[in-house]
Amino acid sequence: MFLINCPFCGEREQSEFKAGGEAHIVRPKQPTELSDDEWAEYLFMRKNIKGVQFERWNHVHGCRKWFNMVRDTSNDQIKAVYKMGEKPPVK
Amino acid sequence: MSNNLRFKTSKFIDETYRVSFKFNNKTYFGFKGDTLASALLANGIHLVGRSFKYHRPRGIMTSGSEEPNAIIQLHDNSSRTEPNVRATEVEIYEGLVASSQNCWPSVNFDIGGINNLLSPILPAGFYYKTFMWPASFWEKYEYFIRKSAGLGKSPKEADPDIYEHKYIHCDVLVIGAGISGIMAAKMAAKNGFKTLLVDEKSYLGGSSIYDNSEFSKINNQITSSWLEKEINEISKLENLEIKTRTSVAAFHGYNFLLARENLTDHLPINQRENKVRQRLLKIRAKKVITATGSIERPLIFDNNDRPGIMLSSAVKRYIDLYGVACGENNILFTNNDTAYETAMSLIQRGIKINAIIDNREQIDSKISYEVEKNNIKIYKGYTVVDTYGYRRINKISIMKLSKDGQTVIGDKTKLNCDCLGVSGGWTPAVHLFTQSGGKLKFREEDQVFIPNVYPSDQISIGSCNGDFGLEEIIKNTLSSIKKFLDIDNSEYKTVETISGLNQSKRNIWLLPSDKSIGKTKSFVDYQNDATAKDIKLALREGFRSIEHVKRYTTTGMGTDQGKLGNMHALGIISETAGTKMGEHGTTTFRPPYTPLTFGTIVGRNVGEFFDIFRRTPIHDWHVANNAEFENVGQWKRAWYYPKDNENMHQAVQRESKAARDSAGILDASTLGKIDIQGTDASEFLNRVYTNAWSKLAIGKCRYGLMLNEDGMVYDDGVTTRLGENHYIMTTTTGGAANVLGKLEDYLQTEWPELDVYLSSVTDHFATISVCGPNSKKIVSKVIPDLDLSDEKFPHMSFKNSKIDNIKCRIMRISFTGEHSYEINIQANFGKSVWEKCMEAGKDFNITPYGTETMHLLRAEKGFIIVGQDTDATLTPIDLQMDWIVSKKKYDFIGKRSLYRSDTIREDRKQLVGLLTENPEEVLEEGAQIVADIKKSPIEMLGHVTSSYYSPNLKKSIALGVVKGGKNMLGQKLIIPMENKNINVTVADPVFLDKEGERLNAKL
Ligand SMILES: [Zn+2]
Repeated sequence: MFLINCPFCGEREQSEFKAGGEAHIVRPKQPTELSDDEWAEYLFMRKNIKGVQFERWNHVHGCRKWFNMVRDTSNDQIKAVYKMGEKPPVK
Repeated sequence: MSNNLRFKTSKFIDETYRVSFKFNNKTYFGFKGDTLASALLANGIHLVGRSFKYHRPRGIMTSGSEEPNAIIQLHDNSSRTEPNVRATEVEIYEGLVASSQNCWPSVNFDIGGINNLLSPILPAGFYYKTFMWPASFWEKYEYFIRKSAGLGKSPKEADPDIYEHKYIHCDVLVIGAGISGIMAAKMAAKNGFKTLLVDEKSYLGGSSIYDNSEFSKINNQITSSWLEKEINEISKLENLEIKTRTSVAAFHGYNFLLARENLTDHLPINQRENKVRQRLLKIRAKKVITATGSIERPLIFDNNDRPGIMLSSAVKRYIDLYGVACGENNILFTNNDTAYETAMSLIQRGIKINAIIDNREQIDSKISYEVEKNNIKIYKGYTVVDTYGYRRINKISIMKLSKDGQTVIGDKTKLNCDCLGVSGGWTPAVHLFTQSGGKLKFREEDQVFIPNVYPSDQISIGSCNGDFGLEEIIKNTLSSIKKFLDIDNSEYKTVETISGLNQSKRNIWLLPSDKSIGKTKSFVDYQNDATAKDIKLALREGFRSIEHVKRYTTTGMGTDQGKLGNMHALGIISETAGTKMGEHGTTTFRPPYTPLTFGTIVGRNVGEFFDIFRRTPIHDWHVANNAEFENVGQWKRAWYYPKDNENMHQAVQRESKAARDSAGILDASTLGKIDIQGTDASEFLNRVYTNAWSKLAIGKCRYGLMLNEDGMVYDDGVTTRLGENHYIMTTTTGGAANVLGKLEDYLQTEWPELDVYLSSVTDHFATISVCGPNSKKIVSKVIPDLDLSDEKFPHMSFKNSKIDNIKCRIMRISFTGEHSYEINIQANFGKSVWEKCMEAGKDFNITPYGTETMHLLRAEKGFIIVGQDTDATLTPIDLQMDWIVSKKKYDFIGKRSLYRSDTIREDRKQLVGLLTENPEEVLEEGAQIVADIKKSPIEMLGHVTSSYYSPNLKKSIALGVVKGGKNMLGQKLIIPMENKNINVTVADPVFLDKEGERLNAKL
């Protein structure tokens, strides 16, 4: 069980959080103008990599804020956490 | 015989405190301080169980948690009975009852022992191979296999003991209180670290605490004396908490560990009342120091499993710690120096050693010379090739090893013994380290895996890190801890050590024999009866990965996870396959390190705390009025209210009829309620619901459908506009938390520019729904000041009002198709308002109804229940709810998905009504729907989602989803059941009052 440093509350147990999938996938502003393939790209396609991954997390049993996290999925090392709308501090 | 097995020299045994216990129905005596194993050995008992597959007699092999054989059932026939307990870990107490578990009818005469004779036909993979075919044979074997394959009995009564969980946060956790653990704990605590030291034993000091040998000294003191002073000193440290009888079960990432603290298992049963038996410690440590020591390796030779064959270190512990001799005619068999320490312990007490068999040609250490001086015959360069004796070893035969150690040469010599102590060197206990995600490396010189890459802020010290010599242990512990904690070492300025041992070792994974391997039984895994032959067979049959060999041969798959033999399995694989150690992987040790009881795992979450539930403010009234309850999410909801021995069907029929004929009342408090405010609240609702919200007037309500981005129906409910920038949204009971989460997600991540605020107010309001043709009269009695006329208070509108000066919100909305009102009031007034409604409705036969009747009434109207009639594969179009999808809105969640190539298919499953040919026949929910039963395979068109007998329509009605159902109105379909086919006709899902006359009737 990892410790996650919520950008709003500080370090908390993983059990207080909920994972929300891959980060930095922006909802298209004009969905109706997209082809089926383009919409499917947004809707279904996720990288799910072994290694450094950018993820969305929610402090669901805390401040309820969504934020982003950079995690190495092969060893669960958390490289960074940062607020929504911010640029990733690591590559 | 037993008289001369106990030596009254141990300070760990209280000889003034005699303890009686029962083993296999016979009473024995031991002393306080004994383990069950030491007490049995003191009584001359070695044979304690039978092996799993061959039912071979097995004895006590070790003195600790690595024990593979002495697995017993504790507390026979009581609610406390516990299987798979290691006799080596049980501290005896007055009245202890234990029995052998893997034998039938008794440990001395065991029918399964015939498997031993059958062993040529019971090779590795036997079970896989045999019982695959023919299937009918299995039934014949099964009875006998189940009977003879004993893995203990589970208790049949509730556990009377108390368990609990505790969180511990510390700066430094030290696991293991041997020399290095004690030193580490002292250095940490004295340097200001809040430190926790745990050890699985009842005493501190590990195996050094009984090391009274002249051959290893620290600062010129005997090791045990030096260590006692250290223990005395650390027990006074304020910064240090010490927990004995505490075994770390799991080491997870981020230094999160689970440990079991044993509090009462060593006490007589009558002293355990009202005490916590075991505590599961959930430890979060900033730094972890693992000092778990090492486990002695057995040696792998033919018939190496007879009772009386033990680890050499166990023989030493039993004599040094418990004052118990394991045999009167001992032989030690070793490939390294540590067995000579055992020899010295036996020599000092005058216990006979017949010989020492040493694999090594050259032995050059002070301690070995000292042993030789005592006229003990040492066979150098020899190996044991066979052993004899059925229930206890009585003889061994030995032969000379060839130079390369691959074969035996010369003549065979037989030697007598009743105990054979074996030592194959030491294996670092890296189990916890690997659990934490640590990577090992292999050290060629002495053939051990040691920690290499640490995944978190932790370190391994002492022999679990591969340091075996006393000098090495102390020197490396000091330097490692200094660096790890970033401290100056002021505690241990100079520590001088003397050791009479040297570290030479002749490692041979599988010792050669004069017999061919096929004729030998050299056990690698004692508990599961996996032999070297089995491993070689697996390799011959093409298995390579250790994980595959393990499963095929069951090596390491027992409750001991192969703590003794896994290394030998790896060694034999690499030797046979001609590869490097570790190339085929090392097996993964999984938590728990030793088995945990279910009690410890669940802690206090038993009985009513097993799964906590939520009650509505009106709950007590439902209980008092005989309601049956249904679990909906975490909620307890009134299901139906049986009267005068009614069954569920009868109660529901009565309630449903009453609600349509006169008046019904429902506790709807569990519906999710979300308060929505902000200048962009209307725009927000436009984006999350499929229909339009901008034009909803203040004081009006609207039903909304919410989709996922994939276009599938997610939730529904009525939302009311309370003010210009203020709405109250209702959600389904089960969906409340998820809907709030989803709305917050969109607001925070996709539309942060919207000025909208959300609060969950589900628990703040009690919601009472009064419906039926007399609902208006009842509500007007409860709230006389409120104008209920259709002009002032039409359907789908809302009013603020007061009941006894308490503010409330009244909505005229309906989930039943009847004229109805929903009263929302501060939760703590819910019950009194409910009672007021009951009182006001007395003259109108107001009938409380539960969720079942609610479901029936809405089904009559064809209203869906999200999660019952939908399952995340249905769009609003599939539900024939096109009317609620706005064509004008540019975008809303899920809109684009409604015209994907898949969602516009005509043959998707669509919601329809179903009427049975026989109106009395009620369909089963979940039943399959087909058109043609002659086709093979029969094509499944869909399934029944809701089904009831409607007392108002006097016929059976059902909803279901059917492929292309929209265009099948009037078509005949078939519901095939186990013993009949039911004919149904596709119908309009709205069965009752399609025109809404009841809803709009002038009352
Ligand atoms: Zn937070």
